[in-house]
Amino acid sequence: MLRLTVNGRDHDLDVDPDTPLLYVLRDDLALNGARYGCGLGQCGACTVAVEGRPVLSCVTPVSVLAGRSILTLEGLGTPEQPGTIQRAFVAEQAAQCGYCIPGMIVRAHALLVQNPDPSDAEIRRSLNLNLCRCGTHLRILAAVHRAARETRGAASEDDRS
Amino acid sequence: MSEPIAPTRRTFLTGTGSLIVAFSLRPALAQQEALDGQPPPPAPHLPGSLKRSPWLDSWIRVDADGSVTVRTGKAELGQGIRTAVLQVAAEELRLEPARVRVVTADTEETANEGYTAGSHSMQDSATAIRHAAAQVRTLLADLAAARLGTEAAVLTVADGVVRALDGRQVTWGELVAGDVLHVEAQPASSFVPTDERRVIGTSLPRLDIPAKVTGASAYVQDLRPPGMVHARVVRPPSPGARLRALDAAAVERRPSVIKVVRDGSFLAVVAEKEWAAITAMEALAAHATWTEGAALPEADRIFETLAGLPVEEHVVHDSRAAAGSPARTLEATYRRRYQLHGSIGPSCALALFADETLTVWSHAQGMFPLRAALAEMLRMRPEQVRCVHVEGSGCYGHNAADDAAADAALIARAVPGRPVRLQLMREQEHLTEPCGPAMMTRVRASLDAAGTIVDWDYAVRSNTHLTRPPGAGNLLPAQLLAEPFAPPRPKPLLQPEGGGDRNAIPLYRLPNARVLHQFVPEMPLRVSALRALGAYVNVFSIESFMDELAAAVGQDPVAFRLQHLEDARAQAVIRTAAERAGWSDRQRARNRGHGFAFARYKNLGAYLALAVEVEIARETGRIRLRRAVAAIDAGEAVNPDGIRNQVEGGIIQSTSWTLYEQVTVDRSRITSRDWSTYPILRMQAAPERIEIHILDRPGEPFLGTGEAAQGPTAAALGNAVADAVGVRLREIPLRRDVLREALT
Repeated sequence: MLRLTVNGRDHDLDVDPDTPLLYVLRDDLALNGARYGCGLGQCGACTVAVEGRPVLSCVTPVSVLAGRSILTLEGLGTPEQPGTIQRAFVAEQAAQCGYCIPGMIVRAHALLVQNPDPSDAEIRRSLNLNLCRCGTHLRILAAVHRAARETRGAASEDDRS
Repeated sequence: MSEPIAPTRRTFLTGTGSLIVAFSLRPALAQQEALDGQPPPPAPHLPGSLKRSPWLDSWIRVDADGSVTVRTGKAELGQGIRTAVLQVAAEELRLEPARVRVVTADTEETANEGYTAGSHSMQDSATAIRHAAAQVRTLLADLAAARLGTEAAVLTVADGVVRALDGRQVTWGELVAGDVLHVEAQPASSFVPTDERRVIGTSLPRLDIPAKVTGASAYVQDLRPPGMVHARVVRPPSPGARLRALDAAAVERRPSVIKVVRDGSFLAVVAEKEWAAITAMEALAAHATWTEGAALPEADRIFETLAGLPVEEHVVHDSRAAAGSPARTLEATYRRRYQLHGSIGPSCALALFADETLTVWSHAQGMFPLRAALAEMLRMRPEQVRCVHVEGSGCYGHNAADDAAADAALIARAVPGRPVRLQLMREQEHLTEPCGPAMMTRVRASLDAAGTIVDWDYAVRSNTHLTRPPGAGNLLPAQLLAEPFAPPRPKPLLQPEGGGDRNAIPLYRLPNARVLHQFVPEMPLRVSALRALGAYVNVFSIESFMDELAAAVGQDPVAFRLQHLEDARAQAVIRTAAERAGWSDRQRARNRGHGFAFARYKNLGAYLALAVEVEIARETGRIRLRRAVAAIDAGEAVNPDGIRNQVEGGIIQSTSWTLYEQVTVDRSRITSRDWSTYPILRMQAAPERIEIHILDRPGEPFLGTGEAAQGPTAAALGNAVADAVGVRLREIPLRRDVLREALT
């Protein structure tokens, strides 16, 4: 048995410890956010955050993640109550097929937690590993900028209140 | 091992989110459709896809509870068609968009609209749906008038309720008893007047995006019916390789493995768990011995190979007229190497074989052709096979989606009663998807003393751009079977749309012009439709050469184009793009250049012009697109942001193709097997800014958008490189090593 903490919930799982996290998330926990793109750590579609840092779940054996806090796209909001960065992607209509978008969102979220006011160059550098094929790059960048603005705006409102 | 579970035929709820795939036993709507994937007798006088499916209830369904469903035979590929057809229907039905449900391509639910391809969805499907919706509104108003004993002309309709002047009302739900909508469409409709439009022309947010950004079920990859098993295939290591020997015993003994499926050179493994399927696939591959296929063409000599193959020649344009005397003649050749679709998500399909029927959920572009191919492959009757489109990763043409559906079907037949999820691996997608064909063009033109083109001679040499189903022989797995299906002899797609010769006929005023399509039947590599087909290469060639001609006579490239164009809409997009880009005031800076290009896609679809600015790193030869400004006229604009999204994406994807991409081979195998060996454009290389200006044409036909930018972008990049550093690159990709060498 292996205990995984995903989006704040503990799961006791009976899985082959060599299984990459991606398949445990998708098949055992029925979470769609992390997506299979290459299985080689080359495209970023499977990106999740572990202890706040982006990790490629397709090449990370589940055994090394026991007891660590894992965040997937689903941990950021739901269709009914999307989180700030998800709302920003909707507002910018930052998707075509959308297959790469979960990885983009999770990586950008990890960046914004570390750096609430990133420059355009910093966002590009952060997302450079994640591939998009539809050519939605500029909308993705716009959505991350929007999420950063709105997060900072919410934070400064909190300061005032 | 758990008990095999056949999902109920009634409902098949999956995941936790938005995607519901419902089985239905009610008679297929497509009762009018012949079952072999062929359309019913055409009604050529009707608009759009009404030609093939003239019944109103093929497109619009109103239920007794007043709920309204729109059914399109096209598929959502991430291009936004689901949202666009919803807008068109809601407008003409005078309904709030939220009240309308949309069903997409499904052989039991929708009309047969062939493939979702060629920028045809707005022209074919949205046009049909717009007419059907308007005619349903009119028909229901007539029924209401009869019910209320008044004139239809004095009734108003809103939100599915028809009201008379005296306040009496009747709902659509009360009017739709029986088959009242099962009537043939008329050629003309009474549309909502342009100044009363509330939905068409607005940027309604896409219906599919909320699920995609939150992890709700959105793709075929996300389907998890009860009892589902995981499958992987082992593909031959090279094109044409055959399985000589296999020792599957050790793999079959693995506790989690359900079955090894072998039929000739088709090889697959089924397991309860996905990771077990993957490791079993790897073990199986290690125990398989193959006879390699025929030698592949030498990478460095691919164009010589292509030039040496037999051709069928088709003169697709020949015009002769009086013109000035030639003062100078230019000639050039252009080339494009093999390229990939490169979907981010490798192809996937779900299949269930039960009770002598097969159901396949697939992200392929044509559910009816796929059904015909699967039925042929499995020797079943088409009515025993249902194909349902569920989104996958963007495809950009004929990728491995159909093959994956065939894999899933073959495996499902071997484990009846259990839903089989077949997921291709990254390397399998890269190595076996049909490529966009390598192509070569040659153009020679003469200018008179005044700088006007007086003659034009053009030839394009290309393989086919269409090896899709409905033939089973076009499915890779069917070619591998012990009793294999042979690929049909390739055929050219004919003008006016064309395949390799798509956009080979310039839109410019050319008094003497000859355009030759040299069709090459033999295929050194497996090829098929890649977004824009030959238009990508022909527009690259024509629009590069237009700049070469303009330079030869010292003309501005934009002025030179305008001087040779009569079409007012073509001129309008060129002028708009040039003005918005500040073309006439463009600044010269070292290592920076500006390029311009124009095309009307297929000479029948959307008009697009764009200006780009590039920057060259001389020491590396690296080309970077900094900025692009485009103008597009796609007819009446239904969703302006959707059009912008498609054009932005087209520009960026074409930039990636044009600057970076080529399939690589050694003598027996394809070697571009993943993203490290087939690099594409990344975020840091994405342009700083793209502007799209839409020339809306209310009342004009929808022209489609998806492929308009591919060709012009390639040419504008080449033209900008020539402007920046004086080097004309005529082969795609515009390789940095070639440019660096030319600059030193």
